[in-house]
Amino acid sequence: MRSTFAFTLGALLVLASPAFAQPTPWAQPGETAIDPYAVDNANAGAEPLAEGAVFEAFGGVEGVSRIIDDLVDRSVIDPRLEEIFKPTDLVRLRRTLKEQVCFILGGPCAYTGRDMASSHKDLGVTTAEFNALVENLQGAMDAAGVPFRAQNRLLAKLAPMKGDVVER
Amino acid sequence: MFRRLAAVTGLWLAFTAGSAAAQDTDRSGKLLLTGGVSSVEGAGGGGLAPWALITGYGSPGQVGANVHATVVDLPDYQFRSGGIALGLQDRLELSYARQTFDTGATGASLGLGQGFTFRQDVLGAKLRVLGDAVYDQDRWTPQVAIGAQWKSNNQPGVIAAIGGRDHEGVDYYVAATKILLDHSVLLNGTVRATRANQGGLLGFGGDRNDDYSLQFEGSAGVLLNKRLLVGAEYRTKPDNLGFAREDDWLDLFAAYAVNKNLSITAAYADLGDIATFEDQRGLYLSIQAGF
Repeated sequence: MRSTFAFTLGALLVLASPAFAQPTPWAQPGETAIDPYAVDNANAGAEPLAEGAVFEAFGGVEGVSRIIDDLVDRSVIDPRLEEIFKPTDLVRLRRTLKEQVCFILGGPCAYTGRDMASSHKDLGVTTAEFNALVENLQGAMDAAGVPFRAQNRLLAKLAPMKGDVVER
Repeated sequence: MFRRLAAVTGLWLAFTAGSAAAQDTDRSGKLLLTGGVSSVEGAGGGGLAPWALITGYGSPGQVGANVHATVVDLPDYQFRSGGIALGLQDRLELSYARQTFDTGATGASLGLGQGFTFRQDVLGAKLRVLGDAVYDQDRWTPQVAIGAQWKSNNQPGVIAAIGGRDHEGVDYYVAATKILLDHSVLLNGTVRATRANQGGLLGFGGDRNDDYSLQFEGSAGVLLNKRLLVGAEYRTKPDNLGFAREDDWLDLFAAYAVNKNLSITAAYADLGDIATFEDQRGLYLSIQAGF
């Protein structure tokens, strides 16, 4: 009984401390605070692929995770994307990008990020920057050995997002 | 021929060397091959037909530019084209091409003299009016452009003698291009209103027909990887001159983007009968260097 009480008290203290904030549907511990929003797979901005072959070609959840990490690693040191990535919460970006790509490829993931228009609002992303990110994604997919045709299945889903992402 | 190929190779090497350094600081917008290559009339497109894509790798706020050199080596002639094209803001394309139609030894048989050469200047303008071939992957609508090509041939005398009506003319066209990324396929259809004989190399209008006619130019290609597009083109043509039948053009091509600064296109081109000489089929080789 006493140990249960101590545990509960400890848990409460942990929860009360901002560094260990309780996970919410829209943000995870370790991420910069963000205004609440309605979590919905529709925020991913594309319908998921119906067949599983493309997701397999990406190496499943693990493969997608590695590719997105590589994409972010390439982009933060890319002089073309410096301005966009410098102020970005990379912990959150990695997580939501992984969720988004996994979801779009028909993998067993839910997308909990914001929609493309809200998440890129006021970033001032240009067409050239949008394309630079696509190039880095191509590089990461090449490095992971994703076949070209499978790469294009994903790019076909991402390309129309340009309208919501690019602001100038 | 050899001297020309050597010059072309030299140009290519020069640009390759330059572009390796340029790649690291590449700030250009578009993805590889999304500006097409340079057609023989100077416009961005396939080898024989203009596409709706705006040449170069410029995105909004940017200018893309490129130069091209093309040789089509045929059994009885050699067709060359060199030129420059500007793509402004991914919206407007301006191009200039100097075409050379070298009759070589055939010139003597035609009574024109050994090595007789027709030259034609082609000024082109193309405006993207609708859609985006690359980004509009969530809808079927293509990118659509309208264009015009002002052509001027330097042999009015010969053109009149073979029944041609003019040595200058204007072609008007509408081109629609769709890239189906989820199939890695590119499709283009162009409708051209023209009076040109052999693209204008043998003048405009003729004794059989002097009116504009609508011609169709179709291209289809498959992206095998991000650098390589292989496909085929077909271009219908008028048949205005009585002295010689004019055939449609077709080719099978492979366009390879070494990088954003350099692409090479090789094709097998079948230009049919030209000025009574039959079955003009041969190798089409083109290099395009962009900035």
